Amino acid sequence: MSQSDTIDETRRPRRLGTVSVETVTLAHGGGGKAMRDLIDDVFVSVFDNPRLAPLEDQARVDFNDLLLHGDRLAFTTDSYVIDPLEFPGGDIGKLAVCGTTNDLAVGGAKPLYLSCGVIIEEGLSIETLRRVARSMAMTAVEAGVQIVTGDTKVVPRGACDKLFVTTSGIGVIREGLEVGAHCARPGDAILINGFIGDHGAAVVDARGDLSLSTPITSDCAALNGLIEVLIAAVPSVRFMRDATRGGIASVLNEIAEASGVGIEVYEKEIPIRAEVRGFCEILGLDPLYLANEGKIVCVVPADVQTTALAALRSHPLGRQSALVGVVQNGPKGRVIMQTTFGGRRIVDMLIGQQLPRIC
Amino acid sequence: MKYVDEFRDPAKAQTLINGIQALVAQIDICRSRPLQIMEVCGGHTHTIFRYGIQTMLPEQIELIHGPGCPVCVLPMGRVDDCVAIAEAPGVIFTTFGDAMRVPGSRKSLMQAKAEGADVRMVYSPLDALSLARANPGRQVVFFGLGFETTMPSTALTVLQAEREGIRNFSLFCNHITIVPTIKAILDSPELTLDGFLGPGHVSMVIGTRPYEFIARHYHRPLVVTGFEPLDILQSIWMVLRQIKDGRCEIENQYTRVVPERGNAAGLEAVARVFELREFFEWRGLGSIDHSGVRIREAYSHYDAERKFDVPALRIADPKSCQCGEVLKGVIKPWQCKVFGSACKPETPLGALMVSSEGACAAYYQYGDLADRTRVTTNPG
Repeated sequence: MSQSDTIDETRRPRRLGTVSVETVTLAHGGGGKAMRDLIDDVFVSVFDNPRLAPLEDQARVDFNDLLLHGDRLAFTTDSYVIDPLEFPGGDIGKLAVCGTTNDLAVGGAKPLYLSCGVIIEEGLSIETLRRVARSMAMTAVEAGVQIVTGDTKVVPRGACDKLFVTTSGIGVIREGLEVGAHCARPGDAILINGFIGDHGAAVVDARGDLSLSTPITSDCAALNGLIEVLIAAVPSVRFMRDATRGGIASVLNEIAEASGVGIEVYEKEIPIRAEVRGFCEILGLDPLYLANEGKIVCVVPADVQTTALAALRSHPLGRQSALVGVVQNGPKGRVIMQTTFGGRRIVDMLIGQQLPRIC
Repeated sequence: MKYVDEFRDPAKAQTLINGIQALVAQIDICRSRPLQIMEVCGGHTHTIFRYGIQTMLPEQIELIHGPGCPVCVLPMGRVDDCVAIAEAPGVIFTTFGDAMRVPGSRKSLMQAKAEGADVRMVYSPLDALSLARANPGRQVVFFGLGFETTMPSTALTVLQAEREGIRNFSLFCNHITIVPTIKAILDSPELTLDGFLGPGHVSMVIGTRPYEFIARHYHRPLVVTGFEPLDILQSIWMVLRQIKDGRCEIENQYTRVVPERGNAAGLEAVARVFELREFFEWRGLGSIDHSGVRIREAYSHYDAERKFDVPALRIADPKSCQCGEVLKGVIKPWQCKVFGSACKPETPLGALMVSSEGACAAYYQYGDLADRTRVTTNPG
């Protein structure tokens, strides 16, 4: 019998508090009834799972539950700050659940439990907070993970920007699976599960400075389902990484450096939407460095590249998957791109942030 | 993508490369030394690296990356002035994105922003004017920067402000002019350049005629060039054809954008608002006569240099910097003593490492495979 069942039997369901005001104030961070009501109304009511319900200072997980899934624990944390909080294709809540779920999944882990820490700037509308919490809850259900513990702080106006979210996650790595940036070998194939740059472009577009009418939607998605399909088909997969900040260029450089290999990528094979390309053309940005929130770069041995590609394409989040490059002996630590135009260039790590060019 | 892919067609590129190779075989100089062609404009440098154009060319052609990145050539003293204005109480300081990182003697605009100055990135001077309208209680300053390419839009913004009677807007003018700059390079005693790719966007404003002296007095061919990779290849081919024929002319490859006489309305706005400075200081090149403009007396109430107390100090380039020699094609970026060691994109010492359009930053970021190979096989 698992811990969760015990909790259900021994505790009477508590009546959840509710919030009647429209904005968050410092009172909601005071540790008293107002805070309890906010947590109940906004978070507990939608996260709704037996490990969270008792609101102890910690969630409790039975070892035996974990051992069902593998032999090693994966543990990760990530903080989410984004302006605007809501953008086409997602919001900070969805991002926080997907991001941490993905960070676990790319290590070969089955993501199971998440924490949710929020820092709220006073004055944020309760409705916005509710939407973010509902989005987190819905995303967690879709991803098959549970948000089992959390924390809420309210800070004075100006001390944070509207809302910061931190999620930590634990998952379990199945037996025998060994993936890492150091595992790439010459001859391996490099795959990506679809269009690059959607998230980065969507967020810049949503800030509205440019007033573009292009409907670019973030690719924000939990990738554990896709990754499960890939691992089932190709257990010898060497490396997976979600290409978030710094884009696919940064991930490729990490592989080249950690494995002491060279990487050759083919520009014409890299999937990119016409609207994202156009967006980058106007701003002078390089899509290789744009953030993604639903894309993984995978390295697989050459003899299973076709199987891997077919597995990725069989999943809804991998329909546009493509083989974009190969691992080579050298030059070690370097990523070289064959441009569509016919030239070759080095793709380096991004230095600082990408800034639009003057002309 | 329409109007983009046509200019990046690999099959057409190969045809041009074949043509370039055929011309190289017929040019005598190529047997004794590489031909040096300078692209003056930072936008061209960007295209050359981004598409790996140097790696497609025969090794007898060496592209020299010129001074045409207005962000790179801004001297430290001017950046210090920017920071002083941005840190003045009540100021909203607006700038193009890539100018944020240019180091001053104490800090960059990005550092000033982190320390509390209200520095905002805009995409057009008109965005700055909108901010001025929306914030009548604040002083909004636009950091005017660039060659003739961006001058008309700044001038028209000043005229618009005047029409609307907006008084909380001003311009910190750092606009520079192309012709004196090319002349300064041509007058350099170490000059070895064989031809030029002229900046297409500048010519969109000034036309092709102002370059005539290059052919007449300096006997060098110049081809006004667009910014797509096929534009660059075609222009190199055109320069080579002139060299092969023994001609020195100003030709226009970018005819889809550049009229011979330029943009009359743009030039008129520029002439109304700006006048030439006696000289302007350049990072890497020193002071060049008549190479910058300032706001005319009639619009002096829009001149941030008069409105605000700026230090206006001349700060010398770091001694170890060899930007000047790189700019003139005397040495390659990686031959500079501090390239990649003391001078990197995250901590630039010299002008050319500052913006992604600068030759050294482009080498550092995108690399030049051909040259890097040469370095490995022949150190020194």
